[in-house]
Amino acid sequence: MLGLIVNPVAGVGGPAGLAGSDGADVQRLARERGARSRADERASAALAVVAASHPNARVLTVAGAMGEHAVRAAGLEPVVVAQSGEPTSAADTAAAARALAAAGATLVLFAGGDGTARDVATGLALAGRAAPPEATRIETPGDEVEGLDTLAGARYSTGEASVDRVARSAYRDLEGGGLDTLAGARYSTGEASVDRVARSVYRDLEGGGLDTLAGARCSTGEVAALGIPAGVKMYSPAFAVSPSAAGALAAAWLTEGSLPTQLREVLDVDEAALRRARVEPRLYGMLRVPDRPGRTQARKSATSAGEHAAVRAAAHGAADRMERGIRYLLGPGGTMAELARELGVAKTPLGVDVVLDGELVLAGASEQQLLDEVRRGPAKAVVSIIGGQGFLLGRGNQQLSARVVGELGADPLLVVAPEQKLIDLGGRPLLVDTGDRDVDAGLAGFIRVVTGPASTSLYPVHAPEHEGEGHAP
Amino acid sequence: MSLPVAPKPALRRFHQARWDEPIIFELSTPGERGVLVTPVEPGVRAAVGDVVGDLPDGLRRSAPPALPELGQMRVLKHYLRLSQENLGADLNVDVGQGTCTMKYAPKVNDQLIATPDLTALHPLQDPDDAQGVLEIIWQTERMLAEISGMDRVSLHTQGGSAAIWANIAMIRAFHEANGEGAQRREVITTIFSHPSNAAAAKAAGYEVITLHPDPDGYPDLAALRAALSPRTAAIMVTNPEDTGIYNPAITEWVDAAHAVGALASYDQANANGILGITRARDAGFDVCHFNIHKTFGTPHGSGGPGTGANAVSEALAPFLPGPRVEREGDRFVVREAGERSIGSVGPFFGVVPNIVRAYAWIMALGAEGLRAVAETAVLNNNYLMTKVLEIPGASAPYATGRRRIEQVRYSWQELFEETGITSEEIGVRASDFGMHYWTSHHPYVVPQPFTLEPTESYSMAELDEYAAVLAEIAREAREEPETVRSAPHRQTVHHTHHDDLDDPERWAITWRAYRRKYFGAGAVGGAGSGDAAADEVAA
Repeated sequence: MLGLIVNPVAGVGGPAGLAGSDGADVQRLARERGARSRADERASAALAVVAASHPNARVLTVAGAMGEHAVRAAGLEPVVVAQSGEPTSAADTAAAARALAAAGATLVLFAGGDGTARDVATGLALAGRAAPPEATRIETPGDEVEGLDTLAGARYSTGEASVDRVARSAYRDLEGGGLDTLAGARYSTGEASVDRVARSVYRDLEGGGLDTLAGARCSTGEVAALGIPAGVKMYSPAFAVSPSAAGALAAAWLTEGSLPTQLREVLDVDEAALRRARVEPRLYGMLRVPDRPGRTQARKSATSAGEHAAVRAAAHGAADRMERGIRYLLGPGGTMAELARELGVAKTPLGVDVVLDGELVLAGASEQQLLDEVRRGPAKAVVSIIGGQGFLLGRGNQQLSARVVGELGADPLLVVAPEQKLIDLGGRPLLVDTGDRDVDAGLAGFIRVVTGPASTSLYPVHAPEHEGEGHAP
Repeated sequence: MSLPVAPKPALRRFHQARWDEPIIFELSTPGERGVLVTPVEPGVRAAVGDVVGDLPDGLRRSAPPALPELGQMRVLKHYLRLSQENLGADLNVDVGQGTCTMKYAPKVNDQLIATPDLTALHPLQDPDDAQGVLEIIWQTERMLAEISGMDRVSLHTQGGSAAIWANIAMIRAFHEANGEGAQRREVITTIFSHPSNAAAAKAAGYEVITLHPDPDGYPDLAALRAALSPRTAAIMVTNPEDTGIYNPAITEWVDAAHAVGALASYDQANANGILGITRARDAGFDVCHFNIHKTFGTPHGSGGPGTGANAVSEALAPFLPGPRVEREGDRFVVREAGERSIGSVGPFFGVVPNIVRAYAWIMALGAEGLRAVAETAVLNNNYLMTKVLEIPGASAPYATGRRRIEQVRYSWQELFEETGITSEEIGVRASDFGMHYWTSHHPYVVPQPFTLEPTESYSMAELDEYAAVLAEIAREAREEPETVRSAPHRQTVHHTHHDDLDDPERWAITWRAYRRKYFGAGAVGGAGSGDAAADEVAA
């Protein structure tokens, strides 16, 4: 069954020139500038494609502007299983995703941008867990605490206003970083307050702390999700190319019962930084995204079922190249998770882990721990391409800092990715941004990307921070 | 007054035959026979004894093969019905299988190869009794040497990928003979070269480095220079690439490879647009291959065995496959493969009927005719490109505004973004108009791709018809997308599930494998049935 969530404020910041729409203040400012969201009409355009082939389809959705209106506009019957506040908030989206999954949605369509994708990932991650305690709504904070809404789960659990306040100050100290930065901080800074925040925030996640939540966000269960592009920022490869394309996939999903899916990264940028003309997407979690079904008659080719095989092949090719006696620092992402599976080690989904001679020697390492490891002997960082922008370093894996990479020697990186990830860059180069001019310059040029056993692609790498050229799409 | 013969509509109201024909194994009736073999005469039986009993156990079946049992007429109807459920090159405007060069294979040449003069020959026959066909093989090799500029040619391989394999096998043998086999472990190709180059190199044990195009879609010379090293065994490239774009720096590519001691191998699958215009050797290549079944007017592998031609410089000649036909004075002799040859890559002399067809095709055209083939193919392609690019939603990524050689890899990305209709769906719908259509090799580098190669064989009216079909489907995608999405409507079968073809647990390329995988091991009749080898491949 299909589910639909519309973020009714998605995209308002774009036309208003605000580089995003996160946060109540920005949304208010956008409205003052005359902006309006097109998320509702884009959602109904997608559903109109579904309606053409499945006129009697019922769509699980949220009351009012968060989906019900769009379902009706497409001529389909809404089944309202969640309510929303007014104005709507990030927590509403997460709660809605959780409710849709609980009501039996197998594919959740969401109209919005990266922020919406984050909230959907949060909701679906929590979907498999115990029902939330009576939710205590916490007002959506101002945009100086971007990233806090990734902790939406916390809002259902504690209801402590102080958590929000403490988290805000903790995040400010950490320069607005996301979950992985906070995780890193917990290991590196020794600030009791951060640890305390984390503990209280994640108390309901069976006491497992940050790692548990990170894990939860990466195992979204069986529920798939697909973005209907309607936001300002869409760095996450979880969106269809157009509303019609999303609708066609959803229709195929209903026709076939389901489709093959792929775990794709959920990325978002720090909008406050973006407004300062810095593009810093971070990895927030994973969504299970449907692939297009293979329907070609002329063969000579693999199909979508081949996509997962391509990831496995790339991982296999990387494993072939790993030598004994070398410490491999495995970065985050789906391809790295596959490599870990290939190696038989339990990897932290969003962290950097150290593998030596086929054994996991350090999980969720901080920058300082990585430096300590690297100084024990020969080492190499194993990284994949994070999201659609093509970053190898500096996004989502900041623990692999300039200092760490600088210690790795002349050939510091083993880059692993299926060929399709390079193709999806559309000819744009791979990017590195460790913040260190010399380290970045040393990586620029052409780099070998392992795409399979005995297969590499040679691909250009740029260091945009030092070339005066941005690569925002 | 209405005409007795109504004018035909602009678009063909095609409908494919649908016979609901069972699999031939399902038609089997125990005891039914097509031919009743005459029993061996008692005198003969007494003279030769128990022939089967004398065979070693390992050569004898323990049980008869599970073959279908049918009368002749039923077999005839079975295959005629299947043939009507096909959309072959002799029926449709077959420009939609770009890279495959689907052109007219003259039927007169089929008559030529059907003569007893050829069919009664045996490859082990005394060469003195087969001088005519040996001369044809030798002459065809010499003509292909002239066309490519190379010194020596072999016609042994039975397909394009087999020829590419022979190319890398000779390259490997060359480096090993020079003591550099262990050092040169890498082969460089481009992502728009035919993927068999990467596949053959990997099969030969090489590490393959793939280069992506530069922003204009041309092969990236800077990337090549970064990839080349003393570890490079060869570059293996197609030119023009599958985009139809000719590498303007091809000489620099070859020179750069030679500068590090690597060889340069030219995949000429796309040679139909360059016959008589450019030659592999003139760009410095050491080795190249032709797909005879693409470029020289013989049927494709799917419609009869294909034929590959390997053409090499003198330095690589000792490594050619054998046996070889050579001329001694006014006679033609057969020489076994030499000491440094890569050996046999197929039985005897290759697919001789195709060699005879190609010989006749080349001789009928002559040098001027070959060049006219290329010029017409290029003209047709650029005409069709103009027609296709007039269709809203279609585009030809890369080298914008430039001419292409013999084919174009187009994109429906704009139409897809507007309507959600994919290139695959358009291809399925095209079959409702009696047209074949193909997308691209995987992975899709050009989004929502389709690849058209009109060759010299098609008239302007046929190209107009093909473009009109595409335009109509694009209109449908906008105005009645369900018609496209639910296609085909006029075909033998509806959709097939690709996962059944991709999953080793589910794919079944023999009846035996189908029975075993879907009905359990007990459902497989006739132990030792003849498709065990194919079954192994499937496994």
